[in-house]
Amino acid sequence: MKEYRTITQIAGPLVFVGKTEPVGYGELVNIVQSDGTMKRGQVLDTSDEIVVVQVFEDTRGIGRDSGIRFTGETIKMPVGRDMLGRILSGGGKPKDGGPDIVPEKRLDIIGAAINPYARASPRQFIQTGISTIDATNTLVRGQKLPIFSGSGLPHNEIALQIARQSKVPGSDEEFAVVFAAMGITKEEENQFMADFERTGALEHAVVFLNLADDPAVERIVTPRLALTTAEYLAFELGYHVLVILTDMTNYCEALRQIGAAREEVPGRRGYPGYMYTDLASIYERAGIIKGKKGSVTQFSILTMPGDDITHPIPDLSGYITEGQIVVSRELHRKGIYPPINVLPSLSRLMNLGIGDKMTREDHKKVSDQLYAAYAEGNDLRGLVAIVGKDALSERDRQFLEFADLFEGKFVRQGHYEDRSIQESLDLGWELLATLPEEQLVRIDRDLIRKYHPKYRKQGA
Amino acid sequence: MEVKGSNKGTLKRISGPVVTAVGLDAHMYDVVKVGNEQLMGEVIKIQGDNIIIQVYEDTSGIRPGEPVENTGLSLAVELGPGLLTSIYDGIQRPLEVLMDKMGDFIERGVSAPGLSHETKWDFVPTKKAGDEVGPGTIIGEVQETNILHRIMVPPNVKGGRIKEIKSGSFTVEETVCVLEDGTQLQMMHKWPVRVPRPVTEKKNPDIPLITGQRILDGLFPIAKGGTAAIPGPFGSGKTVTQQALAKWSDAEIVVYIGCGERGNEMTEVLTEFPELEDPKTGKPLMERTVLIANTSNMPVAAREASVYTGITIAEYFRDMGYDVSLMADSTSRWAEAMREISSRLEEMPGEEGYPAYLAARLSEFYERAGRVETLDHESGSVTVIGAVSPPGGDFSEPVTQNTLRIVKVFWALDAKLSQRRHFPAINWLNSYSLYLDTLHDWYDQNVSAEWNTIRAWAMEVLQKEAELQEIVQLVGSDALPDEEQVTIEVARMLREIFLQQNAFDPVDTYCNMEKQYDILKTIRLYADGAYGAQKAGVATAQIVALKAKNDLPQIKFTKDYKADLEKIVANMDAEFKALREA
Ligand SMILES: Nc1ncnc2c1ncn2[C@@H]1O[C@H](COP(=O)(O)OP(=O)(O)OP(=O)(O)O)[C@@H](O)[C@H]1O
Ligand SMILES: Nc1ncnc2c1ncn2[C@@H]1O[C@H](COP(=O)(O)OP(=O)(O)O)[C@@H](O)[C@H]1O
Ligand SMILES: [Mg+2]
Ligand SMILES: [Mg+2]
Repeated sequence: MKEYRTITQIAGPLVFVGKTEPVGYGELVNIVQSDGTMKRGQVLDTSDEIVVVQVFEDTRGIGRDSGIRFTGETIKMPVGRDMLGRILSGGGKPKDGGPDIVPEKRLDIIGAAINPYARASPRQFIQTGISTIDATNTLVRGQKLPIFSGSGLPHNEIALQIARQSKVPGSDEEFAVVFAAMGITKEEENQFMADFERTGALEHAVVFLNLADDPAVERIVTPRLALTTAEYLAFELGYHVLVILTDMTNYCEALRQIGAAREEVPGRRGYPGYMYTDLASIYERAGIIKGKKGSVTQFSILTMPGDDITHPIPDLSGYITEGQIVVSRELHRKGIYPPINVLPSLSRLMNLGIGDKMTREDHKKVSDQLYAAYAEGNDLRGLVAIVGKDALSERDRQFLEFADLFEGKFVRQGHYEDRSIQESLDLGWELLATLPEEQLVRIDRDLIRKYHPKYRKQGA
Repeated sequence: MEVKGSNKGTLKRISGPVVTAVGLDAHMYDVVKVGNEQLMGEVIKIQGDNIIIQVYEDTSGIRPGEPVENTGLSLAVELGPGLLTSIYDGIQRPLEVLMDKMGDFIERGVSAPGLSHETKWDFVPTKKAGDEVGPGTIIGEVQETNILHRIMVPPNVKGGRIKEIKSGSFTVEETVCVLEDGTQLQMMHKWPVRVPRPVTEKKNPDIPLITGQRILDGLFPIAKGGTAAIPGPFGSGKTVTQQALAKWSDAEIVVYIGCGERGNEMTEVLTEFPELEDPKTGKPLMERTVLIANTSNMPVAAREASVYTGITIAEYFRDMGYDVSLMADSTSRWAEAMREISSRLEEMPGEEGYPAYLAARLSEFYERAGRVETLDHESGSVTVIGAVSPPGGDFSEPVTQNTLRIVKVFWALDAKLSQRRHFPAINWLNSYSLYLDTLHDWYDQNVSAEWNTIRAWAMEVLQKEAELQEIVQLVGSDALPDEEQVTIEVARMLREIFLQQNAFDPVDTYCNMEKQYDILKTIRLYADGAYGAQKAGVATAQIVALKAKNDLPQIKFTKDYKADLEKIVANMDAEFKALREA
């Protein structure tokens, strides 16, 4: 392979190489430093005069004396069944002292888009054991549902509880976890790894670790390696794969850094104008394919800078993902775990996975009613702060109390409390029963007759 | 060495979806084949010898020095039998064919014609030898699905006297008609997507597109041939509303463009529509539908093209005399595709990085809507409804603002409403329809002479409530005067019963005008009874707690509701009477 020593410029993670033979767009590049270490990069722009290479590792040590080798192919990764149980770096190299992956296949890490015609609609209910997810923001197999959190909030605990408890009731198909860390701290890493080890999850997991002190630009490839692995496990080996990507905010920061180095015209708040398209190339790699056994379910975590849901990172993510679980600082301060605020949370695929024969016939209506009542009670809190409780009507007081009950009993649960969907829905009914029956306008009469505790007790 | 222009050139630079070629003779918007794999692209800028091309497929691995070939044609769609029930990518490649050719993932370098060139269709002529035909004249028909596909003289063909016209089974490429000057006509013709198809005349839209959505038909109607924008933050209901319109609106043909959105949403349409029936004809909804799916992770240049592909197909059916409605979800993703390409071209950015021509492109697009007299002197229409996805839900951004300057109907989605699961989360205070006046007579004659009055009343109550809520925020609701407490109650009923509509309930998802009117009338009846009882000295608390009205919300979920409604009205009457007499 020809080696060039024609670097003309190095800026941030970008290396500019002059006078080369024709180089392909997106090609994988090896950069050999004078001390022999090798780094990897990718072609971002190619012409007969200059080739722009984005380096995936620290550019420290790269100089005009470094050699550039163009590999003639886009970035591929070796995948194989023996990846299960392995811990790899954010760049895909073994990190657990084990042997190299025995490749059954080498796959392009920029996954092609699933043909919408080949997709099957995700509709299989996953029980996470958490009421605010199962009852009011139901997750289904093949969905991409991120957690929108803030710094210092217990999103990792929630993600771990979900990973521990998730099951499809009545099924024991093969499942796997693909975990990709981008820029998380050593401490967070320990938290995840300890839990994976204790629960035995590691055996059927593939872990990619890019930590806070690993090169930021490597984060551009980490989620792609993880998703390529996930697609292989799901669509070629038939596993039901849960992918956990954390923290997508660090990924986006790396993207911004590259944009800045390229001196691109920045979009909103300095993030690249193409960030939507770029994030879509990650989030859209989830789903189910007709006639294939496995599935890819994506559960990414992102921390909203300044707890601001309108910040470009959560905003663009929310426009792509199939809903979001929003973690609230206010509930956290009140000492409620898991501090999930259901109001801005949403599961867009919920309707397909719930109801008679899947969860329970009253599911949708109970969920709607819980939302409406909690939203109303929550609004009244603002009013009470101004006019005091006495100025409220009887009806308003009932809703106000409902909001407190909802947070205290329905939202709050233990780290290891694994509620079945029936338990969650029954709990919902118990709370709704504190309101006058005629206020339950979102629920059909016959469902009230059947599930309202008042009638159930009579019946019993 | 001087590079001489020809229809073959070589690549000089590749930068994502934008590539530069030299040595190529090209005109703006020519379609070119890029690289050894002959990827499809389009010339978007000419700068001296440099021909700049946007490529509709992934350009990874393409190198400088590879060949580029100019086809000399513009980006065009194939129009003819076979469009209905199809699902295409942004450049009209059938996704089903792509799957057959390359499997579950979309790889590149595969071309596939928009229409099957093998399928035979039964062509029934409606003209005969000797007839005089002009551009756009209908010459025959094909029963495509339950929809009659009318075959026309292409609008860019001069026409003349028919020498021969056939009847029987043909492919779309076979000649079915020959004119005296030798012109041969087939069932298919091509039309460049960026050029609006001509019409005889644009007419005033004065018939509503009935959507079966109460807040739309009732408060903010759109006319057939009109334009509407539905902006909202993520999760506020753009897609669900657009899909409800695609399902239930009384258009004859629906073109649904998933432009840079989710793959699963298109899959949902694909699985759901064949099972649903058109409430008007009872036929499967899919049979009147054409889908364009260029999802967020498919190439951006093809995303840019997708809205043009869609609107050209819509215009084509309009030219057959049909009422077509087109939904584009989301026009913001289209604008972002423009921005992405523009920034690769290193063009001077306008507001928020969007190209300076953003406003012009948006208005050119919406201008292709309209109620028209076709070239064949029939009446047809294209209604355009565009979703807008403003960053951070902030409507002051360029795409929303430039869209609002053009469209006549504004359905403002509101995160506060969607968060409390008030759906459709259309804010009744900010939304508007500029068609109210022109549609006034239609409602008068087709729904009820009372309709316009009662609609105005409902709007008034809702506005009054908003004012009252501000007071309530300061003093609490018990401090309001009695009469206004009733107003608050009536407004609550309007919101919860009339405005809220569950798109996932099999009955509530579609509400015809008669039922809409019945519901409004009943709420009005309650209001009249309530104010009357109040005058007669009945306590407000008793009026607000009237039992009979508790059954009203159930009407929404009841298919044959008439008997129940009568009972509710009778009970209401009786209860008010009892209260007054007590
Ligand atoms: N379109 C609507 N649908 C339902 N409720 C509404 C609507 N508009 C206002 N409300 C009620 O009034 C409350 C406040 O209204 P709205 O949110 O429009 O006010 P705002 O001035 O935007 O509030 P803020 O100043 O907090 O942004 C809402 O929370 C809701 O209870
Ligand atoms: N009319 C409606 N009835 C019931 N639910 C709705 C309605 N409109 C929206 N929703 C709910 O809101 C969610 C988000 O709607 P969607 O149209 O996907 O939002 P957007 O396209 O604006 O991001 C849906 O998944 C659904 O749960
Ligand atoms: Mg949407
Ligand atoms: Mg306000």
